[in-house]
Amino acid sequence: MARASSPPTSTQTAARMTSQPATGASRAANASALTVDARGVSLTFQTRDGAVEALANVNLQISDGDFVSFIGPSGCGKTTLMRVIADLERPTAGTILVNGVTAEEARLKRQYGYIFQAPALYPWRTIERNVMLPLEIMGYPANERRERMQRYLKLVNLSGFERKFPWQLSGGMQQRASIARALSFDPALLLMDEPFGALDEIVRDHLNEQLLRLWDQTGKTVVFVTHSIPEAVFLSTKIVVMSPRPGRIIDVIPCDFPRDRTLEIRETQEFIKIAQRVRSGLRSGHSYDE
Amino acid sequence: MTSSAIALPRVSSRPTAWLSQHTPILAVVAVLFVLWYLAAFFMNAPLVRDAFERNEVKYTFSELVAGTMEAQRPVVPAPHQVAAELYDSIFGYPLDSRRNLAYHAWVTLSATVVGFAIGAIFGIVLAILIVHLRTLEKSLLPWIICSQMVPILAIAPIIIVVFGAIGIRGLFPKSIISAYLCFFPVTIGMVKGLTSPDPIQLDLMRTWSANKLQVLWKLRWPASIPFLFASLKVSVTISLVGAIVAELPTGAQAGIGARLLTGSYYGQTVQIWAALVCAAVIATVLIAIIDLIAKWTARRMGATP
Ligand SMILES: Nc1ncnc2c1ncn2[C@@H]1O[C@H](COP(=O)(O)OP(=O)(O)OP(=O)(O)O)[C@@H](O)[C@H]1O
Ligand SMILES: [Mg+2]
Repeated sequence: MARASSPPTSTQTAARMTSQPATGASRAANASALTVDARGVSLTFQTRDGAVEALANVNLQISDGDFVSFIGPSGCGKTTLMRVIADLERPTAGTILVNGVTAEEARLKRQYGYIFQAPALYPWRTIERNVMLPLEIMGYPANERRERMQRYLKLVNLSGFERKFPWQLSGGMQQRASIARALSFDPALLLMDEPFGALDEIVRDHLNEQLLRLWDQTGKTVVFVTHSIPEAVFLSTKIVVMSPRPGRIIDVIPCDFPRDRTLEIRETQEFIKIAQRVRSGLRSGHSYDE
Repeated sequence: MTSSAIALPRVSSRPTAWLSQHTPILAVVAVLFVLWYLAAFFMNAPLVRDAFERNEVKYTFSELVAGTMEAQRPVVPAPHQVAAELYDSIFGYPLDSRRNLAYHAWVTLSATVVGFAIGAIFGIVLAILIVHLRTLEKSLLPWIICSQMVPILAIAPIIIVVFGAIGIRGLFPKSIISAYLCFFPVTIGMVKGLTSPDPIQLDLMRTWSANKLQVLWKLRWPASIPFLFASLKVSVTISLVGAIVAELPTGAQAGIGARLLTGSYYGQTVQIWAALVCAAVIATVLIAIIDLIAKWTARRMGATP
């Protein structure tokens, strides 16, 4: 509440400025505050039946503290772009910087948490041991591992399920556990690939609100893939609309609701206007393809 | 629930439940015994008939049957003869006597267990190397496969003689032969197991920038456990066969292999069969032990019941 009435913070300003087609001046001003800086990124997969062009000349700047959603038709390269940011995939052309260093360096410094489309919990580990796994790998002491595990399981409403194995939980609960796992080492950047894709509307709304609160309170940068226009508009400070394959960025739509927005904003005129712009962007992408 | 209540007139108590659960196994065992008895009769009948005719004795059919069941040196001994021989040779002599079958079984079992342990560890280490060094897969795997194509009966005497020349006799050379035979299934199974994690599970490790040792210990190893136990079950029987084979060509003084050898030397078919049954029992027990450990591990690793 306090946030909404106060003048926009510097990170929010940055978000607005870069959401315009970036000019040389704004780029220079925000150079240090860019979490993701992709320039001319292209990626072509070499497969047995020929080359698959997944990304073509993607330029994208994401500022510190942004909540950026990727939206686009299935198979357009959203996951691929995320994987490029995470250094799980190397672009065949172009450069990508994460927190001012190469994507590989950022990965080696464990600067992001990645939440995959599927929960991908290790089936032989209990929920608590799944959440503590990255902490084990990063060498946190045992008592801190336990303390963090409890804190983040509570955050995703899974207290009491510590000793269960993944198969004993529903799909949504598993996905929440995987979110707790990604949060456990407190990365400044969260890469979320359709984390709520498999959940029902009510649970999804609830988790969206929780995610927003987390983002607002911690000042993390979030990159979020979704197929849902309302979800994108509700969550984001910036919506990146992508064309069908090969993935290009068609439109970057700023979305300046207050950081502590509630589900009620979905009834406002502005919300509907932005949703319409996203939809028309998606449509133009399709006609572009034909 | 209702259907079984209709099918069974009484509420099933524990023994009957056990019986109904194991009926298929018991049925198979019963059929096997019947076949065995039939085989004993038909295989030994000519022998017994000849003996009667040589002595010019009149015989009835039932005498013929009785003869086939009690032959001194039968072609196929009847089950009860083997059972009696087993009982006599295990309980008839002191435990450390050369004539006690249990003593021989122990000699072979200890070589088997040591060989199995060496083979399993070697197989696992080899699989880990193969998975981590792609070049090894190309350079090493053909040799490993070759090693399994050489007949063990040709290699066994060489190994025994070479070890004997440097003064190592008894259990260790036999264990090496059984390890030589049993590492292979473990290597093959573990290469499959260590590469079984999903790409997404490996990607997670990458996002946490885990090192190779962590990926091995926290992902590849636990993912490979079911494969490990499956291949251990195969390789434990192979390792028993290896230990027995190692006792054959060298005229070993003790062990199930030696027992088989002396048995065939003196035409003691019953003794041979008793030794074979003894080997089968050892193999079954070893597999059962591994199965138990596998189940216990699976439960600890959250397997669905
Ligand atoms: N490893 C790969 N090898 C070859 N082609 C790939 C590979 N990964 C992705 N692709 C191709 O790249 C294109 C983009 O895939 P991507 O997974 O990024 O799509 P997406 O936008 O995430 O789709 P969805 O919304 O369905 O998840 C697809 O056409 C896909 O077939
Ligand atoms: Mg995807």
